Amino acid sequence: MSAVSFPKDFKYTKTHEWIKVTGKTARVGLTNYAQDQLGEVVFVEMPEVGRTVKAGDIFGVVESVKAVSDSYSPAGGKVTKVNDKLSDSPELINQDPHGEGWLFEMELGDQAEADLANLMDQPAYERFQAEAGEH
Amino acid sequence: MSGTGYVYKREPVIFELSSPGRKGYSLPALDVPEPDLGQVLPKDQLRAEPAPLPEVSEGDVVRHFTRLSQRNHGVDIGFYPLGSCTMKYNPKVNEVGAGLDGFANVHPYTPEELTQGALELLYDMQNYLAEIGGMDAVTLQPAAGAHGEFTGISIIRAYLASQGQGHRNKVIIPDSAHGTNPATAIIAGCETVEVKSDARGGVDLESLKAVVDGNTLCLMLTNPNTLGLFDENVHKVADIVHQAGGLLYYDGANLNAIMGYARPGDAGFDVAHFNLHKTFATPHGGGGPGSGPVGVKKDLAAFLPVPVVGKQGDRYYLDYDLPRSIGRVKSFFGNFGVIVKAYAYIRSMGPDGLKQVSEDAVLNANFLMTRLKKDYYLMYDRICKHEFVASGLWQKDRSGVKTLDIAKRLLDYGVHAPTVYFPLIVPEALMVEPTETESRETLEMFADIMAKIAGEAKDSPEKVLAAPQSTFVKRLDEARAVRQPELAYRGDLGPGK
Repeated sequence: MSAVSFPKDFKYTKTHEWIKVTGKTARVGLTNYAQDQLGEVVFVEMPEVGRTVKAGDIFGVVESVKAVSDSYSPAGGKVTKVNDKLSDSPELINQDPHGEGWLFEMELGDQAEADLANLMDQPAYERFQAEAGEH
Repeated sequence: MSGTGYVYKREPVIFELSSPGRKGYSLPALDVPEPDLGQVLPKDQLRAEPAPLPEVSEGDVVRHFTRLSQRNHGVDIGFYPLGSCTMKYNPKVNEVGAGLDGFANVHPYTPEELTQGALELLYDMQNYLAEIGGMDAVTLQPAAGAHGEFTGISIIRAYLASQGQGHRNKVIIPDSAHGTNPATAIIAGCETVEVKSDARGGVDLESLKAVVDGNTLCLMLTNPNTLGLFDENVHKVADIVHQAGGLLYYDGANLNAIMGYARPGDAGFDVAHFNLHKTFATPHGGGGPGSGPVGVKKDLAAFLPVPVVGKQGDRYYLDYDLPRSIGRVKSFFGNFGVIVKAYAYIRSMGPDGLKQVSEDAVLNANFLMTRLKKDYYLMYDRICKHEFVASGLWQKDRSGVKTLDIAKRLLDYGVHAPTVYFPLIVPEALMVEPTETESRETLEMFADIMAKIAGEAKDSPEKVLAAPQSTFVKRLDEARAVRQPELAYRGDLGPGK
């Protein structure tokens, strides 16, 4: 896998999504490990703005040349914005998964603190994805 | 260059061969009045200008399509070890049967008394499949495997509704399943629940117990599953689902591995479909339509789609009198020509021959798996059935050569690539199904090629990463093909634009 490091200020799910929290809002995307496993992404189905999601809900679908995969929300809240660039350039997920390839932004719900407490921090995710890749 | 004629580097599309006024036919002068199309057709059906069809001679057409066919790879050209979607050899004698005048040229509205032979064949086929599957009644209507699944799930819903269980709508599907299973469940208006595989690749019993409940409609199971592994717990699986009041659906995609040795009906399955185009050797993919008959246990027989073929005395008839039937699922009587070919296959193989098909399919797969496992990671290292799933994980970790690259490199050696990246539970999956008809020499040739590619991945990975080099077209941009598909010829762009 390419040597992209996992940002320290993100939290991570076991299903390989990341979330970056800024106060009451957060941004969500797929990790570098996820994009590497998926291969070239060709289509992304995004949640509707205004939709309320719970932690663990399927919020969208990512289609790559290999497979079609569900994506799960790391935390509960209301979708406020989606990354429109992805409809024309889904390859941003491959090129810059932790930056330009972000998926959507949300206003965190009341349960946010508990949701976030269930996620992995950077060192834990680093170990987790390394084990997932080992056979 | 061989004597087969000039081979274009790029075969033009047939529109580019067009020359104004050139014709491939010659008809006598019209001797009836020509109607004004504006008078006989509705206005919105009329074109402003004639359709821009290619104007070519008969020779142009024959050469063009023959050249295209020479660029194709099929099971009649070379080894085609495609797992998941069995590509086995299709004996040509089956075509002779299907081409008989009474089968090929019979009109579907021909009265029953003039089609007794065709009806007899359908009636016998229902019984053969019931016997092979351990089922009590069979419909031959569904046009393909997934259509069979939809028909089967619809039958289960109708049956359970008749038992006051119409609220059941959860379909349990293992994580190793073919994608058609969840698609079927959703199209049938159900919800899907995934159940994990255990360490041996079978259904994890504890996970299954945790998801069955009063809303369980059925479990859909492929056995052997897409890993090519037989689930020895199948009776326990059946008990767990039945005790919760759900039914068992057998996806017959891999029946060719156990045919004659194990019957889904005996293992507790209530409904099963058969892929005639896989198990019973009729051509599919680009070679012809499928056929997905469905067998059911007797309690569900009343719900089969109409018509079924019945027999009264020595007369065969189409039975539409099934008041609880789910209705029609296909026009007329299924893909009749395919059914004739499968009938010919079953009759020419006979019971012992069908058993040997299973034996040889399993033997060939195990032979190859054993030869390959030195060079390729094997996630489930146990005796397989008709197929096995290896992995390119070692190559990916050690030299960055992925399974996709290995698949492309196989093309350089004149072999069709196996199914890749499926099933999803095996990383970098390479799913190999040699089928029963391949000789030991062919299998050894393939094993040698795979060993060679493993060596290349280690010593000269750039060779594998740049494959294929010997094919008419090199590495295709798959992502762009999905993102910007151009599927129709646009004359206004001109050739090659």
